[in-house]
Amino acid sequence: MTFLFYMLSAIMIISALLVVFSTNPINSVIYLIICFIAMAGHYILLNAQFLAVVHIIVYTGAIMVLFLFVIMLLNLNKAIIPQKSQLTRISAVVTGGLFFLVVLAATRQTFEIHPRYPFTGDIGLVKEVGKALFHEFLLPFEMSSVLFISAMVGAVMFGKKDN
Amino acid sequence: MDWTILLYKTIFLFIILLVTLLVAMYSTYGERKVAAFMQDRRGPNRAGPFGLLQPLADGVKMFMKEEIIPLTANRTLFILGPSIAMTTALLTGVVIPWGGTLIIGGREFSMQIADLNIGILYVFAMVSIGVYGIMIGGWASNNKYALLGAIRAASQMISYELAMGMSIVALVITTGSLSLHDIVTQQHGMHWNIFYQPLGFLIFITCAFAETNRAPFDLPECETELIGGYHTEYSSMKLGFYLFAEYINMFISSAVITTLYFGGYNMPFIDQLGLSPNTVTLLGTAFFFVKILSMIFLFMWIRWTLPRFRYDQLMNLGWKGLIPLAIFNILATGVYYYFTELT
Repeated sequence: MTFLFYMLSAIMIISALLVVFSTNPINSVIYLIICFIAMAGHYILLNAQFLAVVHIIVYTGAIMVLFLFVIMLLNLNKAIIPQKSQLTRISAVVTGGLFFLVVLAATRQTFEIHPRYPFTGDIGLVKEVGKALFHEFLLPFEMSSVLFISAMVGAVMFGKKDN
Repeated sequence: MDWTILLYKTIFLFIILLVTLLVAMYSTYGERKVAAFMQDRRGPNRAGPFGLLQPLADGVKMFMKEEIIPLTANRTLFILGPSIAMTTALLTGVVIPWGGTLIIGGREFSMQIADLNIGILYVFAMVSIGVYGIMIGGWASNNKYALLGAIRAASQMISYELAMGMSIVALVITTGSLSLHDIVTQQHGMHWNIFYQPLGFLIFITCAFAETNRAPFDLPECETELIGGYHTEYSSMKLGFYLFAEYINMFISSAVITTLYFGGYNMPFIDQLGLSPNTVTLLGTAFFFVKILSMIFLFMWIRWTLPRFRYDQLMNLGWKGLIPLAIFNILATGVYYYFTELT
């Protein structure tokens, strides 16, 4: 189990870094897909099969396909690295370093988090997730579905041809 | 983990793999024979008796052909495409219950490789990853026809996945489980889900045709418009992998349809015969394969009967026809079970 955990984590971190560092956008998308699949593996290690599969269906199977679509249609297959001036590069490095420092300081100070739900083996199975969503978190769940519908209506409005 | 179980699972996995490949291989032969039958021809009859060795000859031919990777193609992705298509096609078979339980030496061995809690969703996940095989291959070829074919394939598969998922929601309301094993055991004794979910079945099978890129939904590789579609630039065994993955997908989706709607390995009147459990299991598996093969025949029958859709008709059917129908089906099923559960 520990071996699997470290292997998945290594795959995830390396592919996540490659998303940022690869110059070809198509390669970035493919590394992101690998990253997502490794993440689903982490869910499975926690026995959250439902979450893992939904993660693959929604993120890997739908959202990333749309990403790939857009990039293919924009024909960004040539490596495009925008040339920035020396000053921008230096300031980017400085701000990035400062941000990293802030994050490091913040995480050092955090107290131990007590989970509201103690971890049990079947917390990620369909029944448990369904019960949690439809009893305790019913209102947020329904609200988010309304949000999705409004987003869809908005997309249709934008996509409509002007008459 | 018990070593006998592990050994049994490994052997069983290999058997399933071999059977899948064998069925897919002979589906290519079957397809040509069915086409010949429909068109009043003879079909392949030169290699071996009744042309039975034709798939072998085709395989050898595929291997022997010169392998061409276009200079402008992205080499890595060009090779990755068919590999993904083949891998995802083969991975789906592990959740399908191929039979009941065998009793060997007083121990029970299930004829299913993995009884996942979320079996049917696993199939969906694999199908949705399978899109990448076509998309990456089509894009990496650096050919406009291949790219157009890949984009058609991806948009078609995404559109029909929605309606397919919704038809499954209604089925899950009926069965109350996502595990394929539970769904099959519930259908014991002619309680086949097709009698409870006829509309859901029609939606599901239409979407299954679209997902496997079979006629009348074979727009991604429509020869008259796109030369060969996403695999225009492919040759040799890479092309073979794409074509083969399609037949494997056809076999697996026939198995899934049978499992979900036609009772899987359940046989009618099997309890009245009074046979030993092992015989019942083996007979059930045989019957399961009979059902799957008839479903594959249906796939071929439709391919050689119906003309191809136009692209806008395809999208209209998916988004304006099947999805509203599927939502209606969910509502109707939900209302029915709400009122029957109350009484």
